[in-house]
Amino acid sequence: MLAKLFQFHGGVKPATHKEASTREAIAQVPLPGRLVVPLHQSIGGTPRPQVLPGQRVLKGERIGAADGNVSAAVHAPTSGTVVAVEPAVMAHTSGLTTLSVIIEPDGEDAWIRCAPVDYRAMPPDELRDTLRDAGIVGLGGAVFPSHLKLKPGKGGRTRSLILNGAECEPFITCDDLLMRERAPAIIRGAEIMAHILQADEILVGIEDNKPEAIAAMEAAARGKAQIQVVAIPTRYPAGGAKQLIKVLTGIEVPHGQRSTDYGVQCFNVGTVYAIFEAIDLGRPLISRIVTVAGNVARPRNFEVLFGTPMDHLAAQAGPQPGTDRYIMGGPMMGYPMPAFDVPVVKATNCVLVASPALFPPPPPEMPCIRCGECAQACPADLAPFELYWFSRAHNFGKAQEYHLFDCIECGCCAYVCPSHIPLVDYYRFAKTEIWAREREKDAADQARERFEFRNLRQDLEKKEKAEKLAAKAAETKAKLAQEAQSGGDGGADDPKKALIAAALERARAQKAQAEPKNTDNLAPATQAEIAAIEARRTVLSPHADSPGSAGFAQPARSPGDEQWTANAPLSPPDEAESGLVRPGSARSPEDA
Amino acid sequence: MITSPFIRKPTSVQQVMLTVLLALLPGVAAYVWQFGAGILVQIAIASLTAVVVEALFVHLRDKPVGLFVGDLSAVVTAWLIALAFPPLAPWWLTALAVALAIGVVKHLYGGLGQNPFNPAMAAYCLMIVSYPALMSQWPAAGHLDFQSQLQLILGGARDLDAITGATPLDALRTALREAAQPDSALHGLAATHLMEGPAYGWLGGRGWEWVALGYLAGGLFLLQRRIITWHIPVAFLATLAATALLLWGMRPEQFGSPLFHLASGGTLLGAFFILTDPVSGATTPRGKLLFAGGAAFITLMIRSFGAYPDGVAFATLLMNLCVPLIDMATQPPVFGHKKD
Repeated sequence: MLAKLFQFHGGVKPATHKEASTREAIAQVPLPGRLVVPLHQSIGGTPRPQVLPGQRVLKGERIGAADGNVSAAVHAPTSGTVVAVEPAVMAHTSGLTTLSVIIEPDGEDAWIRCAPVDYRAMPPDELRDTLRDAGIVGLGGAVFPSHLKLKPGKGGRTRSLILNGAECEPFITCDDLLMRERAPAIIRGAEIMAHILQADEILVGIEDNKPEAIAAMEAAARGKAQIQVVAIPTRYPAGGAKQLIKVLTGIEVPHGQRSTDYGVQCFNVGTVYAIFEAIDLGRPLISRIVTVAGNVARPRNFEVLFGTPMDHLAAQAGPQPGTDRYIMGGPMMGYPMPAFDVPVVKATNCVLVASPALFPPPPPEMPCIRCGECAQACPADLAPFELYWFSRAHNFGKAQEYHLFDCIECGCCAYVCPSHIPLVDYYRFAKTEIWAREREKDAADQARERFEFRNLRQDLEKKEKAEKLAAKAAETKAKLAQEAQSGGDGGADDPKKALIAAALERARAQKAQAEPKNTDNLAPATQAEIAAIEARRTVLSPHADSPGSAGFAQPARSPGDEQWTANAPLSPPDEAESGLVRPGSARSPEDA
Repeated sequence: MITSPFIRKPTSVQQVMLTVLLALLPGVAAYVWQFGAGILVQIAIASLTAVVVEALFVHLRDKPVGLFVGDLSAVVTAWLIALAFPPLAPWWLTALAVALAIGVVKHLYGGLGQNPFNPAMAAYCLMIVSYPALMSQWPAAGHLDFQSQLQLILGGARDLDAITGATPLDALRTALREAAQPDSALHGLAATHLMEGPAYGWLGGRGWEWVALGYLAGGLFLLQRRIITWHIPVAFLATLAATALLLWGMRPEQFGSPLFHLASGGTLLGAFFILTDPVSGATTPRGKLLFAGGAAFITLMIRSFGAYPDGVAFATLLMNLCVPLIDMATQPPVFGHKKD
C-alpha cells in the first residue's frame, strides 16, 4: 500500500446511483440496421476517408486514416457495405454534422486478419504508430490520441504510470465493470505501456466505492511488484486526471502543462484495455463499454460498436416513458444530445437517459450572495463567484487574471450554489468570448501587418520611381547641355525631335478640330452677333486671354505629368488612413 | 438548453437564511428568559416592516416578489436589528431602522448580494447617531413585566429612567472615567472592583452573558451546518481578547478584562452573525482573518477610547469598506500555481 495519499481541495459528494447498473455483467448489443461512424472522433485532425460508397468492408478495416500525427485512425466496427460517406449529425450538443461513414452490416461480423505485435521486439516509435493506426484515444471522455501521451519524460523515463479507475461521475460504471471482468487484460495493457514509457511504477487509482473492482485488479496485479492498486476516497472529481495525480503522488500539474514533465502519465483503464487489444490481439478500437442508466428499467453496461445509434442501445435497457433527451456522459459534466439516434462514439462512456422527473430543471436563479460555497467546492482552488461576476460583467481580462482557464468545468460550483446560478455556463461563455476575441485580434494583427507592409511597399515604389525620374531628368539635362555645346549638329537626334514636334502639332490641330464649339451649328446672323460680343468683351477685359476661359477653364495639363497629378491627391488620404487604423482599433477596448 | 451539471445539491438561499434564523433562537430564548418577552414584540415589528419594505422595493425593481421576499434575507436583517437594538426602543425606531436597512442600505445599492455594507449595522449606526438617547436605554435583567414592556414599546410614555440604565459596557466606561478623576469617590478603584456592582454578572453584564452564550451556541450550530467557516468568529474573538489582554495587562485599573469584553455588548452576535454576513464581508480564508481581526481591533479601540460604548457596528462598516481590497489582495493560489 502507498504510505500516504494526498488530498485535492474541494470536491462534492453527490449520490452515486451506480449500484443499479452494476448488478449484471457487460452485455453485447445486437447489430443495428446501420452504423454511422463519424471520422472525427478524437482531438486533432479529421481522419481522411479511405472507403467509397458501395465498397465492402471487413470488421476492423481502416475507414479513416490519421490526418497527421495529432489524430487517430477510425475503423469499420463490423463487416458490411459502405452505403454513404456523408455528413451526419454528431454526438454533440451543437447538433452540427460531421463527415461520417455509413455502413450497412452484413451480419457476418467478419474480422480482418489481426496481426498481434510483440511489443518488446518493436521500437517505441513504431509501437506509437501502431496505436495511432489502431485508433487508440483516451476513453475517459477527452479522446486525446494516446500515442502522443506515450512518450517518456525527462531522461527517457517516467516515474509513475497512473491508471485511472476512479470513475467519479454518478451513474457511470463502465470502468468499474471493465475492471471487474477484464482485470488481467488491463494489467497486461499497463505493462505494455510501462514498457513504452519506461515507467518505474504503475499506480491504479480506484474510488473506494468499487470494492469488487479493487479486488479484481489486486488479484490480477498479485506478484507484480511494479503495480500498486490504490483505493482512494470517493469524492467527485477524483477521476479528473489532475486530481487523481494529486491524490496519488501529491504533484499538482498546472494548467497548460504536460504531466510527463512532472514524471507522471495518467490513462483511463478503458484506454489501457484498448491498448492491450491493439498490441496483444492486433485489434483496432472499434467498440467500447458504455453504461446505459437513468430513466430505463434495467440499467446496465454494454459492449457497443462505434456508430451504433444511441436509441438502439438504450432500447436494450428497457427505456421508460417520460424520456426527454439523452445525455452523453454523467450528470455533472455530460452533454445533452441533439437527437436520440446520434451514434455512440469513442467519447461515449455513458448514455444517460434523462427525464424531467430524473433531472428536473433547476429552481429559479437568485443573485449571488458570495457565500463562498463554490470556492470551498472548487477542486482547482479557484474563486468561482469572482469568475462569475467578471464573466457576467464581460470583464474577461480580470476573469483570466483569476485563472478562468484553470477551470476544468467539473460543475462542483454550480452543484453547491444555493442561488442555483448556472456558473459553468458563465465560464463556458467567457472562455468562448475570449477565444473569439483572440481570433479577432489575430486577424486584426494580420490585417495590420499586411497594411503596414503595403504602405512600406508603396513608399519604396514611389521612392524608386522618383529616383528613376530624377535620373532621367539629369540625363536629359546633360544631353541638352551636350547638344548646346556641340552646336546643333545632333545628327540622329534632330530628325527624331522634328518628328515628335510635328506629331504634337498634328495632335493639337486634331483636337481643336474634334472639339465642337456649341456655337458651330447656329445661324450665320447669330454667329456674327456672337463674334461682335466676343470682340467687345475682349476689349473690356484685357486680362482675359481667351474667350470664355476666365474662371471656368480646366487648368491646362500636359499629357506627360497626367499620371503624377492623378496620383498626388490620392496619397494624403492614404497617409490619413494609416494614421487612423491603429493596430488596436479593430479590437474591443477590453483587450487593451 | 439546460447544460451540465444536471443535478444540484438540495440547497437554496432560503434554506441558508432559515438556518441562520434557527441559529438565532437560543440567543432569543435567553433574551426572553432574562429580559422578558418584549424582545419578541420587537422582532415581530422588525420582521413585519422588513417584509413590507422588501416586497415594495422588489416590486418597484420588477422582480418576482414572492421569490425574493421568500428568500428570508430581509427577515434575517430584521431579527439582527431587533436583537442589536435596546429591547424597549419605541416601535417606530425599530421600524424606521429596518426600513432604512432594507430600502436604502440593501436595495438602493442593488439588492440581495450587492450591498457593500451590512444593512443591520448601517441601520444601527444611523440610529445611534440620530437618536443617541433612545438608543442607550437598556433595561436591567428581570426588571419588568411584559405588560409594561409592551406599553413602553407601543405607547408614548417614555419615563424610563427608573427602569433602564446603561449597558454594562456603558456603565464600566462611565465608572472608569469617574475613577480617573482625582476628586472622585471612586478614584483609585480598578475596573475589577468597579465591576462588583449589581449591573454586572459572572461574566459581563448581568443577564447579557446568558444571551451571549445563546449566540455562541447558535454560532457553533452555524459552523456545524457549514453556513459559516471558523475564520471570522475565531479571528474576531481572538483579536478582541488579545487586544483587551494587552490593554488590561498594562492598566487593569483603566481597561476591562478580556473575558468582560468577550461576553459584553455585541461581541458574540457580531462574531457569529454580523461579521459573517457573506455579502458585505471578506470571502477568502486569509481575507476573513484580516477582516474580522481588523473589526475586533477597531471595536476595542472604540470601546476603550471612543465616544460610543460599543463599537461592533462602526467596526463592521469600516471593515466592509476594506473588503474589495482585502479580497483582491488575499486570493488563494490556484491548483498547480502554489509555488509561485
